Amino acid sequence: MAAAHESAGSSKGLIGWIDQRFPLTALWRSQVSEYYAPKNFNFWYYFGSLALLVLVNQVVTGIFLAMNYKPSSVEAFASIEYIMRDVSWGWLIRYMHSTGASAFFIVIYLHMFRALLYGSHRKPRELLWIFGCLLFLVLMAEGFMGYVLPWGNMSFWGAQVITSLFGSIPVIGGGLVDWIRGDYVVADATLNRFFALHVAALPLALIFLVIAHLMALHEVGSNNPDGIDIHKHNDPQGRPLDGVPFHPYYTVKDLVGAMGFLVLFCGVIFFAPTFGGLFLESPNFEPANVLQTPPHIAPVWYFTPFYAMLRAVPSFAGTQVWGVLVMGASILVLFFVPWLDRSPVASIRYRGPIYKIMLTIFVISFTTLGLCGLKAPAGIFPTVAKVCTILYFAFFLLMPWYTRLDRAKPVPERVTGP
Amino acid sequence: MNGVLKRLLIIAALALPAGFAFAQEDEIAPLHSGTDINDIESLQRGARNFMNYCSGCHSLTYVRYHRLAQDLKIPESDLANLMFTSTKMGDGIVSAMPADAAAEWFGKTPPDLSLIARERGVDYLYSYLKGYYVDDTRPWGVNNLYLPSVAMPHALAGLQGLQKPVYKNEPDASGSARMVLVGVETLSPGALSAQEYDVFVRDIANFLDYCGEPIKAKRQSLGIFVTLFMLVGFVFAYLLKKEYWKDVH
Repeated sequence: MAAAHESAGSSKGLIGWIDQRFPLTALWRSQVSEYYAPKNFNFWYYFGSLALLVLVNQVVTGIFLAMNYKPSSVEAFASIEYIMRDVSWGWLIRYMHSTGASAFFIVIYLHMFRALLYGSHRKPRELLWIFGCLLFLVLMAEGFMGYVLPWGNMSFWGAQVITSLFGSIPVIGGGLVDWIRGDYVVADATLNRFFALHVAALPLALIFLVIAHLMALHEVGSNNPDGIDIHKHNDPQGRPLDGVPFHPYYTVKDLVGAMGFLVLFCGVIFFAPTFGGLFLESPNFEPANVLQTPPHIAPVWYFTPFYAMLRAVPSFAGTQVWGVLVMGASILVLFFVPWLDRSPVASIRYRGPIYKIMLTIFVISFTTLGLCGLKAPAGIFPTVAKVCTILYFAFFLLMPWYTRLDRAKPVPERVTGP
Repeated sequence: MNGVLKRLLIIAALALPAGFAFAQEDEIAPLHSGTDINDIESLQRGARNFMNYCSGCHSLTYVRYHRLAQDLKIPESDLANLMFTSTKMGDGIVSAMPADAAAEWFGKTPPDLSLIARERGVDYLYSYLKGYYVDDTRPWGVNNLYLPSVAMPHALAGLQGLQKPVYKNEPDASGSARMVLVGVETLSPGALSAQEYDVFVRDIANFLDYCGEPIKAKRQSLGIFVTLFMLVGFVFAYLLKKEYWKDVH
């Protein structure tokens, strides 16, 4: 506080006036220009700032979409076509939003993978990781509800399937489903409440969680590809020798990442906005039809790994609830990773071969589950999905044992290369 | 396999209205249409063909006459000939056929085709219009290679002529003989030659592709500039980063 007032005294003009009333300069310094980040960030460290960029994109384009969208089961589908055809640049805003949704999940999946690579979930960053898991959970809800809004046939039947999952819960299931839908089927009432949640409640939760995520990050400092603490070796002024101020070093570096991302992002928006039916599914160009299901109901690609796990579990004792529980557990288990990981070292650079093999198997099984979820459950896919579900859980549940068994390499005192 | 899916399939089976076509077991891959959204003459011909042969039953609700005239460079006076007196230039293209009566006549209301290309793809539309064959078991005496049990009569039969199905004997898994539909061949010629008919339906498919997303051609041409701009921005950002980072070792 004293420092803030000192700096406030030294600056004049508008900034000085603000500083006497609000810690603007102090915040800028502590959070940006004098926030020291390790100097050896590599490719995997772009995805945090990219997630923020995509969030801003979603909020801004979402506001403009909401100006023209009508959350009613009668008008919703036509209002999307109104945006696509009659609103000035509406098509661009809509494609930015729909492509942004898929981009959000790509970026977040890579961001989470980075944490598993370099041990970013470990002490003292457990709470940072938990905020991240909560963000992922809210993002999934946000993505699901957003997908329902165009009121295409896949929107409708996707919502019908996902909401009916809650019906498998014993005793309260049936009532719960009606409560969620606000009707006996997915209908106008459902669309209205999903719209409210999609544009107000969930974005607010996302933004608050992002702030908490960043506050936790800046409290404990950023991890790095070596997984070591850069604050052990400081210069006489107390600045880490292996750190650089976030601004200007990482602001310009993240700008490179942002521009590279935008090249790809614009490539998709302008040349392949449906991305071969993955980002915008073809059955969704038909209005919701209560009497006719699409030939094959599949969620959007970013949910398919979890959907495949749901389908992989057979019914038992006359109930389907086990698949739902497994799907829930597949996300819940993420929250416990900081305590499941018992390795003496954080980064994959100094871990032994077992973790490397397990992580590879995990990535392969997760992507394979994603592919299985896109396909109809026929032929070889159900068996593959079962095996991959077991491998997915094995990565997490066996972690306390294999991370301890693994032979770790000595960790350097100072950071090595990026 | 899964209760939810099973339940949905049962609902679907019960809810299927008469005349709706099941996707057949081994779907025949569609032909390559070779449409070009930038070929304005093809789009104009497609619009003409659609208006003459399709718009009697099918609407293009989301396509406005005015926008069509502007995008396809068709004089509004030409389009005005096709409109009913009460229809305005800013209105969507709506068929005169009453929906309820149509459902009675065909077993199903002819669907709106504004977005059919986005839903099914141009290759499918092109193939579908070439896929009609004579089948006496069907109410209209025709069936379709690409949409089995099709509810629509062959509206273009006068142009294409008639086709007959080609079957192949293919034993199924248990070894018993099974006739499998593999294609069609000409039975009697129509007013157009096979080549002329291909162009005719390709133009319709191309036009429906335009109707599905009127901005498509502009989106792609604009995209080149936007992506190049971002690429240049990327190079400058990279050079800036390099300059800032040159003293970090």
